[in-house]
Amino acid sequence: MTAVALTVNGKAVTGDVDPRTLLVQFLRENLRLTGTHVGCDTSQCGACVVHVNGKAIKSCTVFVWQIEGANITTIEGLAEPNGPLHPMQEAFREHHGLQCGYCTPGMIMTAIDMVNRKGHELDDPTIRHELEGNLCRCTGYHNIVKAIAAGAKAMKGHVQVQS
Amino acid sequence: MSATGIGAAVRRKEDQRFVTGKGHYTDDVSRPGQCHAYFLRSPHAHAKIKNIDSEAAAAMPGVLAVLTGADLAADKIGNLICGWMITSKDGSQMKMAPHPAIAHGKANYVGDPVAVVVAETLPQAKDAAEKVKVDYDLLPALCDPAKAQDQGAPQIHEVAPRNTIYQWHLGDAKAVEAAFKTARHVTKLDFINNRLVPNAIEPRAAIGEYDAGSESLTLWNTTQNPHVARLVMSAFVGLAPEHKLRVIAPDVGGGFGSKIFIYPEEVVCLWAARKIGRPIKWVAERSEAFLTDAHGRDHVTHAEMAFDPDGKVTGLRVKTVANLGAYMSTFSSSVPTYLYGTLLSGQYEIPAIYCEVDAVYTNTVPVDAYRGAGRPEATFVVERLIEVGGRQMGVDPADLRQKNFIKTFPHQTPVIMIYDAGDYHASLKKALELADYAGLAKRKRESVRHDKLRGIGFSTYIEACGIAPSQAVGSLGCGVGLWESAEVRVNPTGTVEVLTGCHQHGQGHETTFAQVVSERLGIPLENVSVVHGDTDKVQFGMGTYGSRSGAVGISAIVKALDKIEAKAKKVAAHMLEAAEGDIVFEDGKFTVAGTDKSAAWGEVALNAYIAHKFAGQELEPGLKEGAFYDPTNFTFPAGCHICEVEVDPQTGESEIVAWTAVDDFGTVVNPMIVEGQVHGGIAQGVGQALLEGAIYDKDGQLVTGSLMDYCMPRAQDLPALKVEMTKTAAPSNPLGIKGCGEAGAIAAPVAVINAITDAIGTEDLPMPATPQAVWRALQKANDRRTAA
Repeated sequence: MTAVALTVNGKAVTGDVDPRTLLVQFLRENLRLTGTHVGCDTSQCGACVVHVNGKAIKSCTVFVWQIEGANITTIEGLAEPNGPLHPMQEAFREHHGLQCGYCTPGMIMTAIDMVNRKGHELDDPTIRHELEGNLCRCTGYHNIVKAIAAGAKAMKGHVQVQS
Repeated sequence: MSATGIGAAVRRKEDQRFVTGKGHYTDDVSRPGQCHAYFLRSPHAHAKIKNIDSEAAAAMPGVLAVLTGADLAADKIGNLICGWMITSKDGSQMKMAPHPAIAHGKANYVGDPVAVVVAETLPQAKDAAEKVKVDYDLLPALCDPAKAQDQGAPQIHEVAPRNTIYQWHLGDAKAVEAAFKTARHVTKLDFINNRLVPNAIEPRAAIGEYDAGSESLTLWNTTQNPHVARLVMSAFVGLAPEHKLRVIAPDVGGGFGSKIFIYPEEVVCLWAARKIGRPIKWVAERSEAFLTDAHGRDHVTHAEMAFDPDGKVTGLRVKTVANLGAYMSTFSSSVPTYLYGTLLSGQYEIPAIYCEVDAVYTNTVPVDAYRGAGRPEATFVVERLIEVGGRQMGVDPADLRQKNFIKTFPHQTPVIMIYDAGDYHASLKKALELADYAGLAKRKRESVRHDKLRGIGFSTYIEACGIAPSQAVGSLGCGVGLWESAEVRVNPTGTVEVLTGCHQHGQGHETTFAQVVSERLGIPLENVSVVHGDTDKVQFGMGTYGSRSGAVGISAIVKALDKIEAKAKKVAAHMLEAAEGDIVFEDGKFTVAGTDKSAAWGEVALNAYIAHKFAGQELEPGLKEGAFYDPTNFTFPAGCHICEVEVDPQTGESEIVAWTAVDDFGTVVNPMIVEGQVHGGIAQGVGQALLEGAIYDKDGQLVTGSLMDYCMPRAQDLPALKVEMTKTAAPSNPLGIKGCGEAGAIAAPVAVINAITDAIGTEDLPMPATPQAVWRALQKANDRRTAA
């Protein structure tokens, strides 16, 4: 077993895990943060995307011990529990950017990372190119692209909570 | 229309939990004392299982049990079944081979489970599975459906000589023969409708739990139809009496058909949970999903269309071999027959149609309904033939379609269906305008200037939804009725729960069903909640597939609401001391006609429960009504999709530059959600046409067994989509709803292929039309031209 200590959604957490434990398993099973999903075993689908030290990564592709001490944000950490939604969450809701909801947490985490890197004015080709690593089987991406463009604009001046 | 009623683009109620990570999917459930199952699967497509030695595995740390097909048989657990009996043209019944949940004696496809290891943790179960020794005797594998019936082909199941499940036919062979004899022009095509893997992003999962105190089993399962799953697992598999088995389908992350079926893993989790006395969880990995989720399509077809000198279609004949895989999945038999042959008239007046379908076993994953289920295959046949026929005769494909459109309704086709309403000219006309068909020639010239080839492809599709009138499907062999149920429970405070037998896995029922109730009762949308997906909460229902939830499920709700209104009027009459016939219900208020005496919805709801204003003998207290709605006909959504592509002849790469969809779904409850359904369907159809294809090698290994090998549509593969609607209401149900879930997947593949073949000027193009396939088709056409 391996001892790990991380910060997840602003809270210090520790665990004693099998060294094979992936970050996504630690989040889902040890911390019961089940908003981060697993859709494949080959790092293609992106349902498991979280932010590690502010950058989007696929949490199915990293052992939790590899990121000892890191600061993690998951979908559950984007907004205060009873507060308003994060602008990107709100944009997905407003533009019907989700159907079954399974890929959605990963999509939203990817979208926020996209804005962090590419700014608030995202055109259609940029968004589609940047979504290379996220699969959705329901929406045909049409409304996801719309949601991300709108969410990017709405994120101007938004300060990320550290719940 | 109220702001949240029928026709309003209300934002979805369910989204709050999904965008915040608070959804509740099967894998999010964790039961006290839960252990984990890992399935050891056959690595061979066809092999005798001579011996399984599980001694070493059973001794591994954390292992609770290693169970095999022999254990399953010893416990008298029944086989999985196919619930639709198809009768062959010689009168014999389909040849359903035994399908045990764990292979016993012989494995019939790569992925067939041969043992299950249950352990405290999943890594322990996986480690132990490596120690299970299975002694196989390899047999030759059969994967190509076209060769399944050959003399000398490997024989898979004893019950089905030459691997033939049935030889079905529909239509009038003689009339068709006569039509072809007198035809001016005949178009003939051979094609393969490529095999697809559904790939819902949530993999299948199951948790089985046994409660010894009540001797009952509970299953949490990624299913589209919990009651049907319970019925089959009770009545056929024999896991528990129906009232001692609870099936819960919580949030389900996409289905597309693949989660209709009853699969081995959930049977095993329930059976083993009772045996071991612990809750058991199994979650598919994606590679496991590729090897075990029922695949879709996989038809080999020869089809011919006869035209008269005016370009009128006079006959259609179709011969298809349908691959059903290694075992018959739950509804597999119906897909290439009654969901396929019956739609071969398309939107056209075709006097004579004859269709023959041979269904065969192969050593591949079972094949069953996948979004569209038979109807995309039928649409591909009809729309490819008419397009190519037009090109061969030098007639504009839009004109040829118009000439052959059905114009009056009801229309009896030669293949069972009675189309009840539609306006095919209206959708085509609108689509032609939106796609700027008139400007195509100019755009084609522009493309040529930058060394590209531009093409346009039509798909004027039809589908049969609202599945289905029970008596009709019963007469065709279906083992169940296809009605839907609803219960409307009004609480004393006037809020409402709607219990539906439908199940949502992306469709937004919690919003659209609530819209219908909110409008009807004049209460706010937030005062209505929709309950589904738990056999202990909801009355028996048939589930969600075949674009049925609007046309059938909502109709059941409307029927229950009729009863609620009737009862509430009685309560109001007592409260207002008026005759029941004088009570008018409007905008959530009960009024005595011609007076200002009224009672609000909430007051009537409360009075129904406190029952102070009437004696229980004359009127029962309470306000709760149920209804079972059995449709009187299928519904017939139809429309026109136009795909425009640009092909790079140097690389064979096709880019979809524009997509226009004009669909007639009858009454639309929530246009935002309906458009979303169309977008998703188109994406899956484009996937089939350009990217996706399950490929087996000659030994029966699935070489497209992961998302790295099987190409799913990504955002960059699709354009922005132009989606509009026309409307003719469906006459067979109270709101006139037709259904929208599958339209895109039905319409899209042939629109893409028609577009690319228009661009490259040759018809011989397989799906998926990858750059390599397009490039090869172009080279072949060039070679032919050079040779000529």
